[in-house]
Parts: sequence; structure tokens; C-alpha cells
Amino acid sequence: MSGGGGAGGDALAVAVAGDVGGGLAIDVAFRAGGGAPVAIVGPNGAGKTSVLRMVLGALRPARGSVVLGDTTLFDRARGIDLPIELRALGYVPQHYALFPHLDAIGNVMYGLAALAASERRARARAVMQELGIDGLAARRPRELSGGEAQRVALARALARGPRALLLDEPLAALDVGVRRAVRQSLARDLARLALPTVLVTHDIADAAALASTIVVVEAGKVVQHGTPAELAAAPATAFVDELMATATVSLPSRNHT
Amino acid sequence: MTTSRGRRPQRGVRDAAWTTALAVPAVVLVAALVLPLAGLLLTASPSELAGGLRHPLVGPALRLSLLTTVIAVAFIIVAGTPLAWFLARWRTRAGRVLEVLVQIPVVVPPAVAGVALLLAFGRQGLFGPALARVGVGLPFSTPAVVLAEIFVAAPFFLQGAVDAFRRVNEDLLVVAHSLGAGRTRVFFTVAVPLALPGLVGGAAMAWARALGEFGATLMFAGNLTGRTQTLPLAIYTALESDLSAARAIALILMAVAFALLLAIRAGARR
Repeated sequence: MSGGGGAGGDALAVAVAGDVGGGLAIDVAFRAGGGAPVAIVGPNGAGKTSVLRMVLGALRPARGSVVLGDTTLFDRARGIDLPIELRALGYVPQHYALFPHLDAIGNVMYGLAALAASERRARARAVMQELGIDGLAARRPRELSGGEAQRVALARALARGPRALLLDEPLAALDVGVRRAVRQSLARDLARLALPTVLVTHDIADAAALASTIVVVEAGKVVQHGTPAELAAAPATAFVDELMATATVSLPSRNHT
Repeated sequence: MTTSRGRRPQRGVRDAAWTTALAVPAVVLVAALVLPLAGLLLTASPSELAGGLRHPLVGPALRLSLLTTVIAVAFIIVAGTPLAWFLARWRTRAGRVLEVLVQIPVVVPPAVAGVALLLAFGRQGLFGPALARVGVGLPFSTPAVVLAEIFVAAPFFLQGAVDAFRRVNEDLLVVAHSLGAGRTRVFFTVAVPLALPGLVGGAAMAWARALGEFGATLMFAGNLTGRTQTLPLAIYTALESDLSAARAIALILMAVAFALLLAIRAGARR
């Protein structure tokens, strides 16, 4: 598998399979190394989010394993299924799912229950500062723009020091105007964090900007994986072909920004 | 387009007829809902009201109503909130069957509830002898009043609570788990706060229903002053001798019910 090759540290090795309802059978394997994010790309209903939820532990695969560094998070054959709260995965769901009854810093502090009360706020503030959103601390989620909400959700996921990051459509909720700027700052953050990262997107421009490996999933199966250039050079299916055709418009424009 | 100008008056007439056809029954319905309450309010003179409040039935009945409904609603909330959470989360056949089962009291007429409670917990009832052996005699006791109130009121809380928990976005719960929170913490720090308006509304509905409970209490708990005679039963008793006392008690009940209605609406708006 070509997707590994991280800059040391943990790697997230995923091989999961199982029915997820609606006649969709998932059977997907990939590996995300530190600093080499993997993007799962595919049409709507291909099972991208289901794959992410299987890695997270919110959905139990019928077969397979999820291994993070030297820790087995899930292994059907060995009967290992670590509960979500022990997997140490930073998760940013689609639409961000900020807790509406907490302010932004309250959201970021939610995962810091293990710290002393005094350290909790300081740690949350430091993480928000790193992401340039410390000014939003007292805001309620409904008072945040899409881009701001995305940063708060990312800060919340990072505050506990997760060993890997799972991002579901991190940019889909944003309008075109801010999308490019948020995409660039997210790409910078992912590079700086160098965590094993899996992101789900239906947008090839997001995938190409954020990930070094693209895993194309159709109807629950991996039809092709590789770098954007590899996919463009030899598309395995009509969908990949079409996907990369739209990408040629947006990929060069990314390079000179 | 040219003919529409000519038709417009005709359509106006038809609209007026249509509006009238809808408005007349609507006005009758509003009158049916409001006039009895107006009668209650407008026929009461303050002096008569003060006299009614001093009627010997009022004090014990008010005390008993508050005591029994507070106990019943507290129990419904403490036991019903986790039950509602499970009902909202279990998407199995057993969960759906249980959900229907706990809704049945809503459609059971109060008199039927009274008979059912007697047949279950009465001295000759299904569980009566067993209860008697451990020294518990429910019928015609204050606990019987509480039991009748729980029976009729709990489904109202459960329905509101289940609906409120179902509306909590699943992603929020998953995220909370991913942030290291166990089931208990997720329940108390995410599910309950987000469902709170629905829980408050359901509790207020249940309280209003418990406060008004009459038929099942009369049949199962009897009408004993100070022990089982709640405000609705006191109205019933007072009506036989002293209309002003009945009216005073009725006004107390209505004031409490109105306060609860405001609480429900405030809860729903949040």
C-alpha cells in the first residue's frame, strides 16, 4: 500500500468491512501515516462517513481491524473493540456538531475533564490561540460563522492531544468565499500537527489540497488509491476520470496561491 | 388575464363565504373553551372567594394535593428520565413495544384506571394479598393517591421526554464520547441539557394532569378528608353543600394549572 510513509510516529492502519444498512456493504483498507493525510473521496452514499465512523468506534465493523501505532483499537478476530472514549481520536463531524449549550471555550474544554479545573481553561485557551480563535472564546456556536465553527471544532478535537484526526467533510459547510482560506489554514494546521489524519470529502479540490493520498470509494469498495497525480494519470473508473477532470481546473489554481 | 378582472368580485364573494364557513365553527370552539372559565372567574366575588378559602375542606385538600403531586412528579422525573432516554435510543422491536405500553394510560378513561388499579392493588386484587402479607394496604391511603397520579400522569412526561431526547443530534453524542466522556457524563452533560425544554414541558404537563386527577383517585383511594381528598375531590364534595367553596377551590386549581401552562410554553420556547 502506497499511502504510508509518514514522518515517523504513529500510523493508522485501517481494514474494515461490514454491512451498514441500505444494501451497502463496506470493504475498505488504507493506511494513514503521520504527516501524510489520507482523503476518502467518493460520490454521495458511497459509505465514506460509515468508514470514518468505523474507525472512530461509533459503528462496529463485521470484520477487520483498526490499529493505531502499537495500539489495536479494533480487531474482530481477537475480540478487541475499544470504546470510543478510550480511542484518543480527534473527531470533527460534518457540520461540526458544536455543543449548542456551551460557549466556544466550553466546547474546547469538554474533552479536558481529566485536568484540574484551573488547567482546563488555560489549556483550552492555548489551543484556541494556536488556531487563531482565542477571540471567540465567549461566543455561542450559533454566533459563529462556518469557518469559525470549523476552527472551534478542530480546537475541541485537538485539546486532548489526540493520536490521530478524523475529519468528516471539514469544508462542506462553508460557502465558496471563505472556503479557500479555511482550506489553506487547515492544510497548514495538518502539516504542523503531523498526526495520522483521515478526512472524508466529496470535493477533489479539498482532497488534493489537504491529503497526500486519495482513496476513492465507490459503493463501499476502494476502486483506486494514490496521489492526485497518479489518479489523474490513470483513472481506474469513470467516476475517477470525471473527478480528476474537474480537478484539473482547480488543482493548478491551488498551486500558485 | 382580461377575464380575471371581471371574475375578481365573484372570487371575493367566494372568499368571504369560505372565510365565514371556517370562522363560525372556530368561534364556537373558542367560546366552548373560554366561556366556562369566564363563568368561573366572573361569578366569583372577592369576599365570597375569601370565605370559600376558609372552608374547612380547602386547607387539607390543598396540602394533600401539593404533597401527593410533588411526590408523584418527582418520582416520574427521577424514574422517567432514564426510561425516556432508553426508549429514545433503543431502536428495537422490544423498545417500540415498551413505548406503546407506557403510553396506554393516556387513552384509558379515568374510571377504567380506577377499576384497573383496584383489580391490581386492591385487597382482593392481583397483588393485594401479597402486599397485605408485607403489611401494605394501598387502597384508601395517601400512597394510593400518589399511585393513581403516577398512573395517569407519567405517560405525559415520558412522551415529552422521549421526543426531546430523539431530537438531540446523534453527532453531538458521538463527539462527546470521542472527547473521552463515558455514557453517564454524556447523558448528564449533553443529552439532558439539550433535552431540558422538552423535559420541563413534559414535567409540567404531568404535574397538571396529576393535579387534576379525579376519577381514578375517587375509585381507588376514596374521598377521605386529609388522607385521600385532593383538590378535585374537595370540589366534588363541596359542590354538594357550598357552591362558593367549590368555586374557591376551582379557582385555586385553575391558577396553578395556568401557571403550569405558562411554564410549559416558556419551556417550549427555549
